[in-house]
This record gives sequence, structure tokens and C-alpha cells, in this order.
Amino acid sequence: MNAFARHVAFELKTGLRSPSGLLMGYLFPLGFYVMLGLVMTRVNPLFTETMIPAMAIVAGMSSGLLGLPGTLVESRVAGIFRSFRVNGVPALAIVSIPVLVTLLQVLAVTAVIALTGPLFGGAQPVAWGAFLGVTLAMALAFGALGALIGVVSNDSRATVLYSQLLFLPAMLIGGLMMPMEMLPASARRAAALLPASQAMQAYHGLAFDRPAVFDARASLAVLLATGIAAFALAVYLFRWDSRNATGHGPRALALLALLPGLVAMALL
Amino acid sequence: MEGAASTVLTIRDLRKSYGKVQALCGVSLDVRRGEVLGLLGPNGAGKTTALECVEGLRSPDGGTIDVAGVDPTRAPRGLYGLVGVQLQASALPPTMLPAEAMAFFCAYHGVAPRGDLLERLGLDGSRGQYRELSTGQQRRLALALAVAHRPRLLLLDEPTAGLDVESRAELHEMVPELREAGTAILLATHDMAEAEKVAGRIAILLRGRIVFTGTPRELTATGGGLTKVSVRTERSLLAGSGTLFPSVSQAAHREEYAVYYSSDPGPTVSAILDYLEAQGDRLIDLRVERPSLEDRFLEIARGGGIA
Repeated sequence: MNAFARHVAFELKTGLRSPSGLLMGYLFPLGFYVMLGLVMTRVNPLFTETMIPAMAIVAGMSSGLLGLPGTLVESRVAGIFRSFRVNGVPALAIVSIPVLVTLLQVLAVTAVIALTGPLFGGAQPVAWGAFLGVTLAMALAFGALGALIGVVSNDSRATVLYSQLLFLPAMLIGGLMMPMEMLPASARRAAALLPASQAMQAYHGLAFDRPAVFDARASLAVLLATGIAAFALAVYLFRWDSRNATGHGPRALALLALLPGLVAMALL
Repeated sequence: MEGAASTVLTIRDLRKSYGKVQALCGVSLDVRRGEVLGLLGPNGAGKTTALECVEGLRSPDGGTIDVAGVDPTRAPRGLYGLVGVQLQASALPPTMLPAEAMAFFCAYHGVAPRGDLLERLGLDGSRGQYRELSTGQQRRLALALAVAHRPRLLLLDEPTAGLDVESRAELHEMVPELREAGTAILLATHDMAEAEKVAGRIAILLRGRIVFTGTPRELTATGGGLTKVSVRTERSLLAGSGTLFPSVSQAAHREEYAVYYSSDPGPTVSAILDYLEAQGDRLIDLRVERPSLEDRFLEIARGGGIA
């Protein structure tokens, strides 16, 4: 087994061995899904139409935005990256492999949600290929944003703050809990900045054959652009060490990852 | 030419500052193939900074570093096949198993995992995750990982800190074996006994400057040729009496002993005995010794310099 494959296998195992990895990668999104499947579908029967994509997006945010950054920050602060460095582990592997593992976790959890959704009355995708494509783009965007947050945060408190800045608005105005059509125009415009909103609209238009508030193909492009930009910035700004300024540029550059969302906002 | 060819690490005029604090002020040293160089210095002398510059973890402000033809500041990726590093504070992912760590890092070095090293260091049967290992086990694992790919230069930063006696002895056995296999070893420590035991040469780093380089024997032979006179008495009345005795240049109190460094121990001992008799104190123990490496180091660290 080569180094890359061994590293991926180890990170996958870590996601199951560590309590926080297990919680954010699997237990929280699946638990949230079961709870909403049991309760929300009775309170609001319309939720069954959007339950599967909404819960897939929650899985992406849980694993990528809420789980991944803390692991990266803790590893840097504890000196694990220094040990990796002196043993020849490249920075690209340290950033890319957790993103890849996030992607695999989200795919696994989304598969469970998509296949068991009908148990709670959830509507399944009509275009499974598109569903897979949007899920991959969504997982890439959240995984890469999580990596970027982990790279630029100095400590766990900053990590939580940055992650919640994306997570909470997504839950409120991202179209996950209530249809975006119900939001005022200004809120819809603000929601265009959020990857969760873009993912939801891409699912609607491309995988579920439902009308989307944004152009679904454009939403998919925004998701992909956000993922690629965030990943590139995470690699560029990566720091081995909390004590040494080993990054390449000012951490404010991380805001460039929001550029695709800002363009979407401007064009809406 | 042979000397140059066998030199694995060359540091010249290495400088590093943290704000206004100069951590390294023009450090130069060499480590040759099959040699153990002990880098000694008190806390804050700059030992770890020097090692971290060689390891590519810090960028020096000036000077040059050459590790078998590789400049760590320019090509750190090429460096890590040549060097093995045991950091002062090594850390691995909390859930990693020792055998997993060995396989993981050996894969990155492109070599087969060294189960023999884990066995030798008592880690082969360990099913515990890294966070469950004792400090000693974590240090031994870091050492095993540092030497697994048979590096040309081994950098050890306080390698026995936190180790039990058995693990310490194991390390002291391994170092000569590595040296005989041709590995150049730079050992940063403030454990004088360790340096005296395993280092063929030592360099003393004080306030960012190398103030001595040579063998331990050469170091103890330097200075004023001072002899250590240690005296223990019944009533401990010698405290503060250092200036009373002839030929004494330094005095200290260690545990229950008054310790004097004398350039001429005969008159010093006579004067001490006369003093005790006059004071009515009774001698319990009196030792006259050549200074140890630790004594000489302390003498230098306290401003005695190198004669």
C-alpha cells in the first residue's frame, strides 16, 4: 500500500475511532435525519419533498464545516503536523486527504439517507446521476471550506466562530428547513452567498426535477468554484506550526473563497 | 578532502532572532559521519532553535546549513530522506497505534516498516493508541520512527527527557550502534552524564554562541585546572565561608556539602580544617575531585569562560 492510500485508510479509521470524528461524521447527521424524519415530516408534510437533499447538506456541513476544522487546528497546535513534516509527509497530503475523507463520509451518510428516506415519506431523486454529482460538489465545497477554516483558525474558539458563521445562516435561510420561495427577496439574495443554498437549489433543479430559485446549473458551478477556491487557498495558506509563521500569505486571503458566492449574489 | 566528504552536517554563521532577542548569534559547527556531537546548553541557550533550523522547521535570519548537500531552507522535501528527527515535543494523532505509525511514516519514506525496532523498544505488543501510551513509550516510538529509514543524520532533542531508567539505557545502547553504522548524530541535551556517555565531541551553546567545541576530556582539562573540594560537617558552619580560604575561586552549596573550586587544593584543605577546628565544627566527609563535565559546564555557564 503506498503512502497516500495508507494515509487515506488511517484518516477513515480515525473518523470511526475518535469520538468527535464519529459524532460529526456519522452520528450527528444520521441522528438529526432520523429525528426530523420522525417529527418534522408530521409537523410539516411538505418537508418530505426536501428532506433527502436537506439532510444530505446537513451531513456535508456536519462533517466538513463542524468536524474537520477542529481536527486540523488541534493537530497543528499539538505539534502533530511538525512530526508529520519531519517524517516527510507533504502539506498537500495533510490538506487533501481529510477533504477526500470528508467526501467519502458524506457520500456514505447521504447514501443511507437517500436509500432510507422513503421510510419517512421522503421523496427520492428522479435523476440519481445528478444527485451523485451535486452531492460530490457539495461535499467538496464543505470539505474544502472546513479545511480552509482549520488552516486559518488560530484555536478551537475561532474555528467554532467561523464554522457557525456558515452553518447557522444555512439552517435559517438556506432552504433546508423551509422552502426558499417563502423568504423575502433580500434574504434570498443573502442566501446566494451560502454554499448550502446553492447546493439545495442544484439538488432541486438537477436531481429532483423541481423548480429552483437560482439557476441550478449555475448553482452547481458556484459550488464547484467555491470548493476549488477554498481547497487551493487552504493549500496555499497551510501552516505547519502555530509558533512559526510558515504560511504563504495573510490569512484574510481566505475570504476569496466566498467570491463565487458573492458573484452569485450580484447576479441574482 | 576526506574530512569534507565525511562531514554530514555543516553549519556556518547561523543567526536567528525572535524580535529583539538574538537566539543564535553566528553558530558554526560540523558533524561527521559516524560521530555523535553533543550540543549542550542551559534552557534558552538556543539548542532547539538550532536544531529546528536544521530540521527545516524554522527559517534562519542568516548563515548557511548543509545536510549532505541539501539546504534545509531551500529544499526541505529532499531533506527528510536524509535526516531522522526526534523532536523535543513529538506528537502523533491520538488514535494512532504504534505499528500503524511505523507503517504510515515508512510508507512516506518509501521503506519497509521496521517491526524489529518496535520489538526492540518494547512497543511491538502495544495495542494502545498513541494517547494511551506512557510518556516513555511515546518517546521511544518517536525514536523508532526517527531511525526507521536509516537516516544519514539523526537529530535528537532531549531524547531521554521523561524516560525511565530502562528506556534511557536502551537509548544509550542504540546510539553507539547507530554511530558505528555510520549515522551522524547531533544530540541536544542538558543532561551532562548522557553527553559524557554517548558523545564523542561536545559543543557548548551559551546565549546563542558556541563557546566550546571539543571532546569531553578536553573540556574538563580546560579552565583554571580547578579542583573540586566538597566538605560536609556536623553543624554546617561553612556556609558563606568561600572567600576565607586560599586559592578558592568559586564556592557553592549543594545539598549538605559546601563545594569549593580551588587552583591549589592542598592549602585550601588545610585552611578548611583549621577553620572547622576553630569553629568547633566536626568534619563528616571531605572529597577532593577533578572537576566533572557538569562542574566544568556550570563553571562556563556561570561566566567562568574557557581558559
